[in-house]
Amino acid sequence: MSPFLDAMTRVPPLLAAHLLLAAAALALGLAISLPLAIWSARRPGVARVALGFASLAQTIPSLALLALFYPLLLFVSGLVGGGIPALGFLPSLLALTLYALLPILRNGVTGLAGIDPAVIEAADGMGMTAWQKLRLVEAPLVAPVLMAGVRTAAVWTIGAATLSTTVGQPSLGDLIFAGLQTQNWALVLAGCVSAAGLALAVDALLGLIERGIATRRRGRVFGAAAVLVLGILAALAPLAVPRAPTIVIGSKNFSEQYILARVIGHRLERAGYRVEYREGLGSAVIYGALSSGAIDVYVDYAGTLWTNAMRRRDTPARPAMVAAIGNWSARTSGVRLLGALGFENAYAFAMRGDAARAKGIVSLDDLVRAAPGLTLGSDLEFLERPEWAAVQRAYPIRFAATHAYSPTFMYRALESGQADVISAFSSDGRIAAEHLTVLTDPRRAIPGYDAILLLAPKRAKDARLAAALTPLVGRIPVAAMREANYLVDRDRNKVSPEGAARWLERRLGL
Amino acid sequence: MPDSYIAGPSVSFAAVTKRYPGGAVAVDDVSLEIAGGAFVALVGSSGSGKSTLLKMINRLIVPSAGVVRIDGADVADGPAYALRRRIGYVFQNIGLFPHMTVGENVAIGLRLAGERDTAARVAALLDLVDLPQAFAARMPDALSGGQRQRVGVARALATAPGLLLLDEPFGALDPVTRDQLGTKVRALHERLGLTTIMVTHDMAEALILADRVLVMDAGRIVADATPQALLAGQGGAVADALVAVPRAQARRLRALEDGA
Repeated sequence: MSPFLDAMTRVPPLLAAHLLLAAAALALGLAISLPLAIWSARRPGVARVALGFASLAQTIPSLALLALFYPLLLFVSGLVGGGIPALGFLPSLLALTLYALLPILRNGVTGLAGIDPAVIEAADGMGMTAWQKLRLVEAPLVAPVLMAGVRTAAVWTIGAATLSTTVGQPSLGDLIFAGLQTQNWALVLAGCVSAAGLALAVDALLGLIERGIATRRRGRVFGAAAVLVLGILAALAPLAVPRAPTIVIGSKNFSEQYILARVIGHRLERAGYRVEYREGLGSAVIYGALSSGAIDVYVDYAGTLWTNAMRRRDTPARPAMVAAIGNWSARTSGVRLLGALGFENAYAFAMRGDAARAKGIVSLDDLVRAAPGLTLGSDLEFLERPEWAAVQRAYPIRFAATHAYSPTFMYRALESGQADVISAFSSDGRIAAEHLTVLTDPRRAIPGYDAILLLAPKRAKDARLAAALTPLVGRIPVAAMREANYLVDRDRNKVSPEGAARWLERRLGL
Repeated sequence: MPDSYIAGPSVSFAAVTKRYPGGAVAVDDVSLEIAGGAFVALVGSSGSGKSTLLKMINRLIVPSAGVVRIDGADVADGPAYALRRRIGYVFQNIGLFPHMTVGENVAIGLRLAGERDTAARVAALLDLVDLPQAFAARMPDALSGGQRQRVGVARALATAPGLLLLDEPFGALDPVTRDQLGTKVRALHERLGLTTIMVTHDMAEALILADRVLVMDAGRIVADATPQALLAGQGGAVADALVAVPRAQARRLRALEDGA
């Protein structure tokens, strides 16, 4: 099968989830913006506030809007004593609903304001009540303009729903994010084509309804509406079937995480579990997803939790750190640390080998001296992370410029000379393959980054699950992990994360 | 039914004033009795308060002070929509509902009153305003201005109201249509026994159609007389100035004819 058709086989469940999310957001958006539009048309003051708010929501980048709902919902959940999920469907629904408001509201208000005043005077003069005027006159007259707004909202919502992947809601974005990260263009294409196809189909159906209303053809309106409803019902159908208990495996958005998620998944499947993957979660939200039970298991890195979640600045020896994290997670949230996998994926500064030799740079101390003439290329979050702050405390480094890239493009930037130094990862296969020099950290500013296996609180006492996963503890050496990562990250003869996971399992006899 | 004879109600204004925020006074302490069955024209220049006075009858405008009564009952009692369903209302911009057929427009008052089977009534009403019954299926934008206002009149008369309010009803029509429709409305007034109150800035129209002409200026009624009395110069200065215009036109036309 071609890689594209292979990728398309992953589409149906994601398409269903995507459609349901977008439909729910659009329905909620309509439920809020229709009354608001009517109210706004009657009161100019309300219109100013409502349209201003909707426009403001629109100016927030959709990715940020989704991410903002995570802390907001955590806070609200804390206020009411817990129980509100901060990840997954709810934050996605709320963010997309905010996005859907503006076009519906604006077209509704514009449409109502554009109704000939004589028609309104006639409606009043004939003795219509406010409700009759709305139902018999204003609603039918505003419907075509309003439907145009609904179409815009639908297309925006379907497009932006791809981003809900980052807060743990399955969508067609799963394919796009995973594909972008592993440079699996077939996967990206499958996600994009499906999302675009869905948007076009929904837009066409809503367009039929719009023209049906304008030309007073009831059959066309009901026909198109029926197709939409059938589509939503078809997407709902799988939810109605009771399913075997499923373990949800989370992963962040880079190759190693995708590979390890599959390794975990294969073991659980062999142990008789159904598994689901929630891939591409943001580094900042994934621990929250685990402690709240949105995912059941994932691999994190000791230093990440140590510096971000625990806000520690000291750098103890690696085993002591792992033990301390285990105590902390069990105490604060009931998350169980099953063990370290055996390799470390630390933040490391890397340079092209020839450049490092030419400049005589081997350590971060050497970099302090050379940095004012160099450009730092970092991943998207490194510059905001405590590790970078810790490095800056220990070493007075001042780069000439800093640029943030997605990890894949960061290596490209180093290769092409756009960046002289990058924030690399020590388990990255490209370090060896591209002959990069990893700079040493003589002042021990960066903590250890042992890969650790974490279980959600509700799975912490699940002995069968622990038994299925414990064989992974201490079994994965960094050399094997680098090779597996490189299978996915290299430019030619790329292997899917699934394939790399199988390779790793064979190599380690798992 | 439109064909049955209804004795139109009387209308009275008792010390009615309409003052807008900011101090502008549109209607200034007007007291007035209009007998049932009368055809009254309210004439005045723009801003004289004639439309405001008319719209206080069906509560499209609420007076700042004073009481408007129909057959002795205060119009402010009860909900506005119930009052308006008993009053026919025709205005210059017509306001036909553009998403409804002519038939649906004419039947809207009946529909509001909860009546279902309206086809026969619509046909009778179209007859009444001299429109072909086939027009019922057309959309308003397929009609000429005069035809639309005929539909407006039919719509206003559908629920057989005793009182008909006309606010510059023929203002946007060409002179020939205007004359035809004015004559038609006068005939319907007679035939249905309506009380009709018509606002117009055209003194000739008022003199020709009405039994009684009220001249308004700066929110007050400055003349109240029959057309004959006004023509005889008994209406005072403002009325005389308004009457002078059509009279001078008529004189010039006659001179042209005589000279030919």
